[in-house]
Amino acid sequence: MLVSFIIAVAAVGAINTLLAILIMLADATIGNYGDCKLTINDAKELTVKGGKPLLSALKDEQIFIPSACGGRGSCGLCKLVIEDGGGDLLPTELPWLDADEQKSGVRLSCQVKVKRDMRLRIPEELFSVKQFSATVSAINDLTHDIKEVKIKLSEPAAIEFTAGQFIQLEVPPYELTDEPVYRAYSIASDPVKQDEIELEIRYVPNGICTTYVHKHLKEGDEVTFNGPYGDFHLQPTEAEIICIAGGSGMAPIKSILEEMARTGSKRKAVYFFGARSKRDLFLVERMQALEKELPQFKFIPALSEPQPEDNWDGETGLITEVVAKHVPDASGKEAYLCGSPLMIDACVKVLQEKGMSEDNIYYDKFA
Amino acid sequence: MPEISAFAVLFAAVFTNNILLTNYLGMCSFLVVSREVKTSAGLGGAVIFVMTATSAINWIVYYKLLIPLQLEYLRFIVFIVVIAAFVQLVEMIIERVSETLYAALGIFLPLITVNCAILGISLFMVIREYSFLQSLGFGLGGGIGWALAILAMAGIRQRLASRSRIPRGLEGAGITLIIAGTMALAFMGFNGMVNLQ
Repeated sequence: MLVSFIIAVAAVGAINTLLAILIMLADATIGNYGDCKLTINDAKELTVKGGKPLLSALKDEQIFIPSACGGRGSCGLCKLVIEDGGGDLLPTELPWLDADEQKSGVRLSCQVKVKRDMRLRIPEELFSVKQFSATVSAINDLTHDIKEVKIKLSEPAAIEFTAGQFIQLEVPPYELTDEPVYRAYSIASDPVKQDEIELEIRYVPNGICTTYVHKHLKEGDEVTFNGPYGDFHLQPTEAEIICIAGGSGMAPIKSILEEMARTGSKRKAVYFFGARSKRDLFLVERMQALEKELPQFKFIPALSEPQPEDNWDGETGLITEVVAKHVPDASGKEAYLCGSPLMIDACVKVLQEKGMSEDNIYYDKFA
Repeated sequence: MPEISAFAVLFAAVFTNNILLTNYLGMCSFLVVSREVKTSAGLGGAVIFVMTATSAINWIVYYKLLIPLQLEYLRFIVFIVVIAAFVQLVEMIIERVSETLYAALGIFLPLITVNCAILGISLFMVIREYSFLQSLGFGLGGGIGWALAILAMAGIRQRLASRSRIPRGLEGAGITLIIAGTMALAFMGFNGMVNLQ
């Protein structure tokens, strides 16, 4: 009995070892792309080990390309121009690239792997993106599923950003992930505060980063993030502003409003915030305070499913209906939207119906 | 050992006993990847390679190792491990040779590991007590048969997509299954030429 047991284990073990050796040999030959040279903007040269996605190869070299999804190819943010050495366009990139981009060599850096020498174009401003180490200074519950996380910077000690931009928070390996992952979160605080940032993070069941933040992160913990990224910011015009947000989409809009209040902006602004019921509503007092600080600003929260115990006498209905009701004519105004892709698409449609041109609608999709 | 030449086994595995159309094995990737001829050809090629290589190796492992050691009952585990290793190999090769194909096949490439047609070939070969050469013919034929079926399906679907109006409820998997059934009927025409069990 024991002998046959040992023979069985030995036989399976031997077969597995042989196959493992075969795969290791293949990895060292077929899977080995050697060192590749990356030439960036014809000026900078880097040597990296081949085989990795370009996005992570660049990150290892301290060049941070914005990416909200962490390299899964689902956000389309990590675009850059590969002039040479990128290989053929991949089917996973096609949904994100229009005809012009395809022609001019724009690629998704998370999908393209470094397999040979490459020549790249990276916008200069991305070189100002840095990696920050920091400490969690406070975690507050905003609603039952949204937490406000305050992060105090230690090295470098200050971050320069424009209101509306986002950072990428690093999640170290824990139960749900074997390797560090990065997720994008908008900064909710006023850019004048450079030594501490605020994030608003909503819990997504089984979300790698949100679970980490909601169930594991504590005050005093060390965190790492990089940024700032993004071109979602207030346009320097005098046009009337319509902000629309839902859930943690509050963050970048809050940052923009805080800055407007500090600089004493006289622009007319209205902010529609959509929530399901009263327990999903947050920072209402802060917004009402902003209404006092900004004479031309109005905050309109709307509940889509107010509960009887909410005693809600404000706006009800889908955010699109509330926007349509309050904005009879949207032409000549600017809109800033932040939230889920579904909400944004619906709002863009309503605003266009009300006469707003697409060029004046700015948004940050939480994909 | 059945008295039948290796070539006849190969022929039978392609036409009369097509693993996909008579046993309905390996359906999942057949239904999903058969949208375009190009990717189908890529996956077909990968399946041919994996099936041929694994049927040969599994034959050796089974008759030279498992039988002498009386470990036949381990064949499921061992066959799957061999298949998994070969799929890994194919993945590396395809990634090196054609990134486009690699990205187009996506998850279905590693999923060849659990493509039941491949394990099916190895198990049939053991059950039917094929010789080494017959097994090789069976593996190669099974792979070619699977590739042929997915290529034919991709060709039909490409034409269908450009020329015909499919009732809404049948789009996608529905019409594909109907076509697969019709193809299986057509392949029945080969019956009687050679017969495997």
